[in-house]
Amino acid sequence: MTIRLNGSDHVLPGPTTVLTLVDRLDLGRTDLAVAVDGAVVPRSEWADHTIPDGADVDVVTAVQGG
Amino acid sequence: MQDTAPDPLVVAGTTIESRLFLGTGGIPSPEVLRRCLTASGSDLVTVSIRRVGTDAPGSLLDVVREHGARLLPNTAGCRTAREAVLTAQLAREALGTSWVKLEVVADDVTLLPDVVELLDAAETLVRDGFVVLPYTNDDLVTARRLADLGCAAVMPLGSPIGSGLGIAHPRAIAAITEAVEVPVVLDAGIGTASDAALAMELGCDAVLCATAVTRAEDPPAMAAAIAGAVRAGRTARGAGRIPRRESALASSPTTGLVGS
Repeated sequence: MTIRLNGSDHVLPGPTTVLTLVDRLDLGRTDLAVAVDGAVVPRSEWADHTIPDGADVDVVTAVQGG
Repeated sequence: MQDTAPDPLVVAGTTIESRLFLGTGGIPSPEVLRRCLTASGSDLVTVSIRRVGTDAPGSLLDVVREHGARLLPNTAGCRTAREAVLTAQLAREALGTSWVKLEVVADDVTLLPDVVELLDAAETLVRDGFVVLPYTNDDLVTARRLADLGCAAVMPLGSPIGSGLGIAHPRAIAAITEAVEVPVVLDAGIGTASDAALAMELGCDAVLCATAVTRAEDPPAMAAAIAGAVRAGRTARGAGRIPRRESALASSPTTGLVGS
């Protein structure tokens, strides 16, 4: 199954939760936020939120700017 | 008013000690940011929200937090209300703050605010419980609309972002400071210390600058200079400047002159 992760195609091995995806990115869990198909998934729901096939997923953090 | 008297800024019920807000765009490194924060005493720092790269997030945020400053996430780069609202919601989730510097620009060349999208986004975010500090143009009517919508402050530009041209229309900024009840923060266009002093003399409550500090030859020195100018301008505003006159007015006694 394939999703769009931060604008690029990304293959998932099977049903994957937001929490599993975040951990797989190996960036830690703090100062991150996740949107699936344009809606924020609160941190408290990461473990229960399974990413649908073909979903558009954004994982963001704070950077210098503005 | 003494220069040293406590004179904190209050935004949405929160006290901010320094009237100089720092942007981080263009900062050479987290270490330079740390020195700029120390030099300026700024305690409100704005950061952008972007898709993660391959580096773990953190070092910039660590510097801000170690300094005890408040993070003000921004929606820089957003072109529509929809993008800005989602970015603000992501920032709230990532950083645990409901404060947002709302930026919705019309294009990448002028970077001027798109006021239609800006007002739309401000209304949505205020309703969603955000403390909204919108970057806007120097138009009084737009500033008043933003304040009426419930924005916690308004942040008019002095001149285009990154231009360093200072305050292009001082009377427009003065008109905004006289017309709105919420704090007015001069945002964008500051080139050097005197621009910041002028902003405060015109009645602004604070100044936000990024490029003027981060791309100066010596960023911490410029941060200190602009912080001093903000304090001087604030004090001068409170002191009440003399009216401008078309002709000279002798400051020495006109009687008792030798030879009279």
